[in-house]
Amino acid sequence: MTQPILEIKGLNKSFGPVHVLHDVDFNVYPGEVTALVGDNGAGKSTLVKCIAGINSIDSGTVSWEGKEVHISDPRAAAALGIEFVYQDLALADNLDITQNMFLGREIRRFGFLNDGEMERKAREALASLSVRTVSSVRQVVANLSGGQRQTVAIAKAVLWNSKVVFLDEPTAALGVAQTRQVLDLVRRLADQGLGVVLISHNMNDVMEVADRVIALYLGRVAAEVFTKDSSTTQIVELITAGRSGNIGLAAHTANQSI
Amino acid sequence: MTDNNAPTPNDGAQSTGAVKSDADLANRSTSFALDIEHRSLQQALTGYWNKIRTGDPGALPSILGLVVLGVIFAQVSSRFLGKANIGNLPGQGAYIAIIALGLVFVLLLGEIDLSAGTLGGMCASFAAQGIVSHGIKHGIPGSNLLFPILLAAMIAMVVMGIWLKTYLGAAMVVIGLIVLVAGLDQHVIFALVMSVGIGAAVGIFVGFLVAKIGIPSFIVTLAFFLAWQGVVLFALNGNPIGINNYSFWHGLANDNMSPAWSWVFTIVVVGGYILYTLLHSIRAQARGLAHDAIQLVLVRGGLIAIVAIVITILANQNRNPNPQFKIQGLPWAATIPISLMIVCTIVLTKTTWGRHLFATGGNAEAARRAGIDVVHIRVSAFAASSALAALGGAFLASQTGSVALDLGAGNILLFAVAAAVIGGTSLFGGRGKPRDAIIGALVIVIIPNGLGLRPSLPAQYQNVITGLVLLVAAAVDALSRRRSRSS
Repeated sequence: MTQPILEIKGLNKSFGPVHVLHDVDFNVYPGEVTALVGDNGAGKSTLVKCIAGINSIDSGTVSWEGKEVHISDPRAAAALGIEFVYQDLALADNLDITQNMFLGREIRRFGFLNDGEMERKAREALASLSVRTVSSVRQVVANLSGGQRQTVAIAKAVLWNSKVVFLDEPTAALGVAQTRQVLDLVRRLADQGLGVVLISHNMNDVMEVADRVIALYLGRVAAEVFTKDSSTTQIVELITAGRSGNIGLAAHTANQSI
Repeated sequence: MTDNNAPTPNDGAQSTGAVKSDADLANRSTSFALDIEHRSLQQALTGYWNKIRTGDPGALPSILGLVVLGVIFAQVSSRFLGKANIGNLPGQGAYIAIIALGLVFVLLLGEIDLSAGTLGGMCASFAAQGIVSHGIKHGIPGSNLLFPILLAAMIAMVVMGIWLKTYLGAAMVVIGLIVLVAGLDQHVIFALVMSVGIGAAVGIFVGFLVAKIGIPSFIVTLAFFLAWQGVVLFALNGNPIGINNYSFWHGLANDNMSPAWSWVFTIVVVGGYILYTLLHSIRAQARGLAHDAIQLVLVRGGLIAIVAIVITILANQNRNPNPQFKIQGLPWAATIPISLMIVCTIVLTKTTWGRHLFATGGNAEAARRAGIDVVHIRVSAFAASSALAALGGAFLASQTGSVALDLGAGNILLFAVAAAVIGGTSLFGGRGKPRDAIIGALVIVIIPNGLGLRPSLPAQYQNVITGLVLLVAAAVDALSRRRSRSS
């Protein structure tokens, strides 16, 4: 088994008296899609925010490539090579695809923007991800479809030699064909050796594209299973009840949390 | 094992979808087709037409508006298209153009600066008082406290500017401060430099209140709109100051470049523009990047060159009906705003700061997540806007011949906002060009000019017609945005 690139052990997080995350263990492996699933309020967002450095952690360790690290803010996460694509995409509608992909990291020459170079690199990046749905990288983002926007947001995240990408509900607002495009892209990212974390409510997406599934139940990891060994029903049970058959939380733990 | 079968039919259904979309894609020659293909002039024009139809009309509506108004006023009075009248237009509109140019920075952020007009008046009044009293440091008659307050405020704004990383703004304040302390403001040119420094200082403070404290810019600048009108009275000690005796200041809105220099200006600006766009297009084509078709670049450049050359030829003829002395050459009131527009355009489109300004105006959250210091961008935009407003105030005083007690008050700011909007700048942020300010100012100023030539059309028509033009411009803007959303 390969070494996880990002390894989280025994993470605890409380907001005042509310204990949101209990001893969460969470690993991301290079070349794999790890789905992070759980009901609303299970702690998915909090976990992601802890990793991003937006929320501090109370206890537990975060290791990156085997070394323990302390991620204090989003820039530290980006510096390690962890990128986050949030649901609201964070694209500027009035800029074109190239400008968005290089936003905050523009290439300059003689102190002025080198748009030609950025355009070339943006096209290369999209081509390397086999994105074929964009007819021009100089299109304004406002004119793109939901799937294209999601594609650009993901491509922007992986442009910077990132090693782990967190995708928050990337297919939530998309139609069938566009969901297809994005899922293909997610799979290709993993095939290129990135560690991909897919946060999703859609079991079809999870079963199709993920290699392993980590189910959170009321702030605890209910189970970590491989998609090839499990079924949608099983995962849904893990999400809703914290246990399914002989896997998942012990009955008294699951009930106690309620 | 039965579990494993469950997802399979689903998979099947989705992969047929994939096959279908792949087939669709195969019909297109390559991905990024639009970027690489060479386009003939006709295709380029079709592309331009499509751009107009899908909600990016560019300068077209405002230029069409200008032409329509020109045609109407040519019917109203035969003098309208006369050389003397056209030659007066820049002087009448320069202050609107320059204030509007500054406002573009603020409007791009989706903010507003209601105080730009009265700020210009205040800065001009300090400059005028400096000249008259041989340096403000010798005390402003009637308000002894004003100099120490001004000094302290400017020093504080230098510190704040550095703290908020608005270094260029802080540098302008420092220059103003040096002029102030050295007493150089008894000289006209230095006095105007100081007034721009004061403007930058105010801009930093407004930016601080908006971006750091979080007061809506509408409220902050409304407060200053009122306050500066009072400061003007303090600075002038209740007496208007005529500036016609100071030839440099008077010349801003009233003098012309010599015919030879007018040609140099036209050739440098138009030639530089054509050369740049042409080289850019050729190089981009060679490197396989997106570019405008070379024919389109040539047609566009040619049109601009023809217009510019015709204007220069006409401007270089004597337009003074009085044989005593000649009035000829391009007015400074045209060449200075155009030069400023070029600088602003380069700053906005070719620098990181400009790119970040657009991003902040389009989606501040996205900009923040991309690591952009949004506070810095906001503060420096207000500093740029206010510095230009101060310069606009100087042009206004030059045009009216004096620093009046109500300089910059009244409709002036609203005309400047209208100019930017008529030109195509969006009030909601993220969309606009410095060019808009210049064209819009021309539209704004042509209305009172044209109506003024027909005494039988009294002044009350002016505001009504200006209002209607603004309404039409806003309607064009709203409709084109609706189109771009629905497309």
